[in-house]
Amino acid sequence: MAETLTKQDIIKDENIVYKKTGLMTDKVLSYCPGCGHGTTHRLVMEVIDELGAQANTIGIAPVGCSVLAYEFMDIDMQEAAHGRAPALATAIKRLMPDKLVFTYQGDGDLAAIGTGETIHAANRGENITIIFVNNGIYGMTGGQMAPTTLPGMKSSTSPYGRDIKTMGYPLKITELIARLPGTYFVTRQAVHTPANVRKAKKAIRKAFDLQKQNKGLTFVEIVSNCNSGWKMTPVKANQWMVDNMFPFYPLGDIKVDGELVK
Amino acid sequence: MAKVKGDIIVDIERCKGCEVCIDACPTHTIAMSEDVNGKGYHYMQNVHDACTGCTNCAIVCPDGVITVYRVKI
Ligand SMILES: Cc1ncc(C[n+]2csc(CCOP(=O)(O)OP(=O)(O)O)c2C)c(N)n1
Ligand code: SF4
Ligand code: SF4
Repeated sequence: MAETLTKQDIIKDENIVYKKTGLMTDKVLSYCPGCGHGTTHRLVMEVIDELGAQANTIGIAPVGCSVLAYEFMDIDMQEAAHGRAPALATAIKRLMPDKLVFTYQGDGDLAAIGTGETIHAANRGENITIIFVNNGIYGMTGGQMAPTTLPGMKSSTSPYGRDIKTMGYPLKITELIARLPGTYFVTRQAVHTPANVRKAKKAIRKAFDLQKQNKGLTFVEIVSNCNSGWKMTPVKANQWMVDNMFPFYPLGDIKVDGELVK
Repeated sequence: MAKVKGDIIVDIERCKGCEVCIDACPTHTIAMSEDVNGKGYHYMQNVHDACTGCTNCAIVCPDGVITVYRVKI
């Protein structure tokens, strides 16, 4: 029976088990080959799709490589000035509390220029979801050092590696905001393998479910690659991320149901 | 043994040749092409008939260019 099955028998609409969600537009992503931004975009849109919330969600795009997120996510979106996405999300959620509101931000956006907005929105317990893509670098502007750059990590502005003595320590902003009483669910995930993609999607789903229950700020960090900024092939960048980023930014839940678990 | 049979369709012109999908495939069904697409990228293609429709390649593809099909046999 198996022998008689032809390609035409399998490739039929009724047999589709996975296709790109319709909430991603058909525009070609502006991201470099292998960049985790694309996967993260798609997971957020799959969750919104599953929640049937396309018409009821407002996303805030950052400044950074994902500045064009509104071109790729087929929902209502607003672009924020660099780092200001949580402030904008605060206003939008307070004016339209029935909408699902999220920000999508890189580490330069969220943990450098936008540190104040991030911390205060979290501390106020704004009922929004923050999707934080941490690639340890300013990708868009040419791979400069970010607050999240690892000790010893090379970047265009730390060509000999980040020297803690002169350049300070990397900021674990996710651990920091987990300690604020306004945050309810804080987790760190990755999207480089199928298993991680499935876990990250569950975390994003949970964050939006909790927002619907008005639980406070939910925060999902995705530790990601920047193969252009790191100057590696995508596959090597993912391996470098596993070997170097994960020991410093360990994956897993940090705060669940308003309680620190790590 | 296998009670399912799968197949994939790759949107070749949108594949960026990143190779992230290759290791994600448990049955080693996919590989990069010798040819390049219109953008100059080697693209991912099906080289064996071992696909089980597990969706692993499709869910790790940053560009979402893979559609997966599965039938029970
Ligand atoms: C007010 C202001 N300051 C600086 C910049 C320059 N700038 C653009 S993107 C960026 C950093 C982006 O890095 P990140 O948030 O980590 O995102 P990635 O590109 O890595 O995804 C900077 C500093 C700007 N656009 N606006
Ligand atoms: S520069 Fe880095 S973060 Fe930006 S799209 Fe390329 S790989 Fe992604
Ligand atoms: S992961 Fe997607 S874009 Fe990358 S090589 Fe595979 S099919 Fe192409």
